[in-house]
Amino acid sequence: MNDAPIAGDAVPLELRIDAKSYRSADGTPVEVVRGLELRLDAGSFGALIGPSGCGKTTILRIAAGLDKDFQGRLNTPGSGRLGFVFQEPRLLPWRTVEENIRLALPAHLSGVDLTDLVEILGLGSHLARYPGELSLGLARRAAIARAFAVRPDFLLLDEPFVSLDEAVAARLRDELLALTTRTKVTTLFVTHHLEEAIQLADRLFFLSDRPARIVLEKTLPPPRGGRSQEVAASIRAEARALAARPL
Amino acid sequence: MWPRIFSLAALIAVWALAAALAQSRLLPGPFVIGAEILAEIRSGELPFQMACTLGRVIVSFAIAMLLGTAAGYVMGRSKAVDRFADPWLVVLINMPALVIIIFAYIWVGLNETAAILAVAVNKLPNVTAVMREGARALDPELDEMAEAFQLAWFARMRHVVMPQLAPYLAASSRSGLSIVWKIVLVVELIGRPNGVGFVLGSAFSLFDMARILSYAISFIVLMLVIESLLVQPLERRANRWRRRPA
Repeated sequence: MNDAPIAGDAVPLELRIDAKSYRSADGTPVEVVRGLELRLDAGSFGALIGPSGCGKTTILRIAAGLDKDFQGRLNTPGSGRLGFVFQEPRLLPWRTVEENIRLALPAHLSGVDLTDLVEILGLGSHLARYPGELSLGLARRAAIARAFAVRPDFLLLDEPFVSLDEAVAARLRDELLALTTRTKVTTLFVTHHLEEAIQLADRLFFLSDRPARIVLEKTLPPPRGGRSQEVAASIRAEARALAARPL
Repeated sequence: MWPRIFSLAALIAVWALAAALAQSRLLPGPFVIGAEILAEIRSGELPFQMACTLGRVIVSFAIAMLLGTAAGYVMGRSKAVDRFADPWLVVLINMPALVIIIFAYIWVGLNETAAILAVAVNKLPNVTAVMREGARALDPELDEMAEAFQLAWFARMRHVVMPQLAPYLAASSRSGLSIVWKIVLVVELIGRPNGVGFVLGSAFSLFDMARILSYAISFIVLMLVIESLLVQPLERRANRWRRRPA
């Protein structure tokens, strides 16, 4: 793996969504995001926190450049090589774990040694298996491995730990923390789980209900992963106050 | 396996019994046909005629599968193309095979190109319709994954799209092979100087039932062999990831 920061690293992520809506099945337009502005320093880890169904996934897809149908502006960090961890693992069922990881690699990385990455994520003995043979936790790890293997300069994760039991989720969070610290990749992470965000992120973005906008931004003191009880408690209190406040 | 063999043996027994009862030149028994087939093989006539037909089957099948898959894929992916091309497809699907064959022979001439073209065009709309369903069923989530990781077009086709289309390809090539060889015989009957269809045609005008039966049976056997030695193993290979339990 490449530990050095990637060229073009100094560019922050800048995303402005003036409006984003889609048509529902019966043809009525639904406004998902309005007046959202987000800036994330290069190399830092941002978490989008919001209630389920508030449009977090939509925002993430726009940030990734997968959805261009919105009013606003997007500046992505680095040269635009993405690592994406979707909410479901989205592995190709007809390819083995290793093939799934290697298929995502850009040409200049094909044949690269994956041993380190695979060991960190505990996938070593599962490389030759098909996704259908994996537990959800292992499939999630494979998806995370794929996202890091491409050496992204922008990493996006969409609630990658939902529906895992807490012990597995905790381990995977630690692994994610280690990997993002090591690669210094600019990361945008979507979650509705506040504790998770406090553990992982440098910066928190609290979202409102639909149409989503940022109602509170919070920079967390370093180090990531080692926040004191007081810091966590004060953030929790603030989040509660936010939820209680009429919007 | 054994029930199948028993079933086939029973069919041959019924045939032998009927032939023995009829005692007619118009219904030769299985032994007569067996001897006829051996004689035809020894003279080289049967292998030659079968090779002619098989060649036409393979070429027109390949053309129909290739063009039909491409057309079906595009129609399944693009609503605009589908809206435009769907009426053409309906016309082609409902065009009688014989009409297409006659058109091809009249417009292109009584030659090999016309023969193969006629068969391919007969099979084409069928493949297109099946592959269109396949393309419509493609998983948009995997598409998005491929886009996020910037997979090249070829890699996307090979690793993301084709495996999803594999069951549809298998279904249309299964039905395709049997349709194609039946139409090839008609094409040969009408306008070719060789091939199994041609032989059947001339045997028909002589009421030579032994010849008709021996060629028909040989060809059915050949198609069964191709199906079990080529189509089925390919299908198993494409589905090997499915067979292991989670």
